Amino acid sequence: MEDTGSIVAFWLLAALTLGSALAVVVIRDLIRAVVLLITSFLGVAGLYITLSADFVAVVQVLIYVGAISVLLLFAVMLTPRASRDNAETFFQIPAILLTGLVAFTISLVSLDTDWTVVERGGFEETASAIGESLLDKYVLPFEMAAVLLLVAMLGAIVLVHPEGTEEE
Amino acid sequence: MAIELEHYLALGALLFAIGLYMALAKRNFVGVLMGIELMFNAVNLTFIAFSRFVSPATDVTGHVFVVFVITVAAAEAAVALALAMLVYRNRETIDVDRMDLLKW
Amino acid sequence: MPVLAKWYDLRDLGNAVGAFLDWIRDLGGPDWIPYVVSGLIGIVAILLWLLVSQLAFIWIERRVIGRMQARIGPNRVGPWGLLQPIADALKLLLKEAITNRYADKPLFWLGPVLIFIPALVVFAVIPFGEGMSLADLNVGVLFVIAITSINAIAIFISGWASNNKFALLGSMRAIAMLISYELVQAFALLGVVIFAGSMRLGDIVAWQSEFNTWMFLLQPLALVAFLIASAVEINRSPMDISEAESEIVAGYHTEYSGIKFGFFYAAEYFAAFAVSGVVVTLFLGGWTAWGLEEWVPGWLIFLSKLYLVFFLFIWTRGTLPRLRIDQLMAFSWKFLLELLFIHILVVGAQVLIWHEGDYPAEVVLPIFAVINWTLAVALIVGWATFMGHLSPERRAKRAVLTQELGAIYYRPADGHGDRPTRPLEEA
Repeated sequence: MEDTGSIVAFWLLAALTLGSALAVVVIRDLIRAVVLLITSFLGVAGLYITLSADFVAVVQVLIYVGAISVLLLFAVMLTPRASRDNAETFFQIPAILLTGLVAFTISLVSLDTDWTVVERGGFEETASAIGESLLDKYVLPFEMAAVLLLVAMLGAIVLVHPEGTEEE
Repeated sequence: MAIELEHYLALGALLFAIGLYMALAKRNFVGVLMGIELMFNAVNLTFIAFSRFVSPATDVTGHVFVVFVITVAAAEAAVALALAMLVYRNRETIDVDRMDLLKW
Repeated sequence: MPVLAKWYDLRDLGNAVGAFLDWIRDLGGPDWIPYVVSGLIGIVAILLWLLVSQLAFIWIERRVIGRMQARIGPNRVGPWGLLQPIADALKLLLKEAITNRYADKPLFWLGPVLIFIPALVVFAVIPFGEGMSLADLNVGVLFVIAITSINAIAIFISGWASNNKFALLGSMRAIAMLISYELVQAFALLGVVIFAGSMRLGDIVAWQSEFNTWMFLLQPLALVAFLIASAVEINRSPMDISEAESEIVAGYHTEYSGIKFGFFYAAEYFAAFAVSGVVVTLFLGGWTAWGLEEWVPGWLIFLSKLYLVFFLFIWTRGTLPRLRIDQLMAFSWKFLLELLFIHILVVGAQVLIWHEGDYPAEVVLPIFAVINWTLAVALIVGWATFMGHLSPERRAKRAVLTQELGAIYYRPADGHGDRPTRPLEEA
């Protein structure tokens, strides 16, 4: 990606994503942390667009921003007397060491490896190709995902259904 | 300076590290879940970056994989938050340090 | 298609913009300037149109509802009360925007701002005329659904940040509604996408124009479901239980005043225009009207259809009573979704038959239309009688989640143990 627009977009979106992800770690209030997490998800959706993944970007907005964040907000709201702060456990120092090590290793490997990059043109549309391969080559995983979602939904309902509510 | 594959990989690594730190060190169960979602995002970003830069133009395997990851993440979030609510109902807390019934 | 394609040809506003852009390009300068300028022109035009339409329709809506309810409506400011919306806007601008002392201030400020985003961004993909859309995305339909789902977060934030019981209850109701009806919306649009074979809104309009039909003639059930779901999505009566003033003051914007409340008020109108635009584009042929677009500007056809759909929303608001939350949720999960599952199955089978058998469209489409209309009537009537006999929901169900919300809390009278009891169960 050579043109100025892509470069500016990448740096802006990367700053948005990483900045709000860091703020999610640092900030004390849990609800504000979820809101910043949503910003981070939106930044990742923008990065998908710079990678010409239009379908995945829209799905990211639909599912992460529209569904999972709402679930997180609901979880915070439905646990009213739990602490609503975002504090760390006693494992803070080992966790910092470990995550620093992980970030360092992955970055080093990715920078050090000589990737065979395929040159590609501008923005390709992927939605129809994804749809075709979902119902052709990957039809079994597709059905499995549907079953998984159904099972997860039923499981969640069964888990949170309060005992003693009479069925009519 | 052109944007290459390495930029996206480094960004994904940093995002993954932030998510890992949250999953390891956050006291609140919702915070742990947020960390896990961030890790999912980092992995998805890496998938899409590889699909854009390494695989040929007609191949959308990376995209399909990301779609499946997002689906599974949605299922995981629903079940995990149901578990959080269940723990809260029984123990009146979602502090992972205090979920220690199996320690004794 | 246009006979004269000069810049002053009003039938295609793109001509004038194109001439202007050519002029800019001829002036020299970097390549990106024409793109930025064309984007800015589109944004400014859409915003201006929205503001003017909103001011007009505040007056029209109040007058029309007044007429429906045998009142007069606003009639003091200016001739026939025409200046009433401007007076209202000035009042909202000049009033003090009070922030609750215990409010979460950044989030309290963020709520009204965030609620504007989905309402405005949806207009980016809607084709107002031939080639008159800001960004005709190839995932347009999905984009519309994804962007409108941000609404839930804006409503939740404003309800939470207010630190008010009624606001929180309102936002909780809103989220429950939005999540349930998002599924209905997606399934209703899925039928359209299956028929048109594309998620690009421009392609769907072109499909309807090519086969000389409007989508609601082929899929009436999808149109009905989408209209109901979008009435929920934009919080309009009779689905406005998240701001039901007879139950929970004003719902999620109870604590907002002044211009912040004005933002909610305006965003509601903008969202209503947005879903009307989506309905017109997907179900009513967009800017085409069986050849009329050759003579009349396409954007005028589009806007008149949009105002008609918006009038439908006004009409339902003026005539139907508000639903109860359990009725509304049950209506989504036990009625609309099942009908739409059957609808999708039938529509998919029809497209399969059509494409596999390679039948001509003139023969197949009328048959499909007849089948779908019969099916829609039969399903609605049949399911309603079936469900009606199965479980009459005349009694309000106990709201299970309200105690968990921390809204109403009971402590045991004897004082030991800090677990909340569930006092409604004994009663």
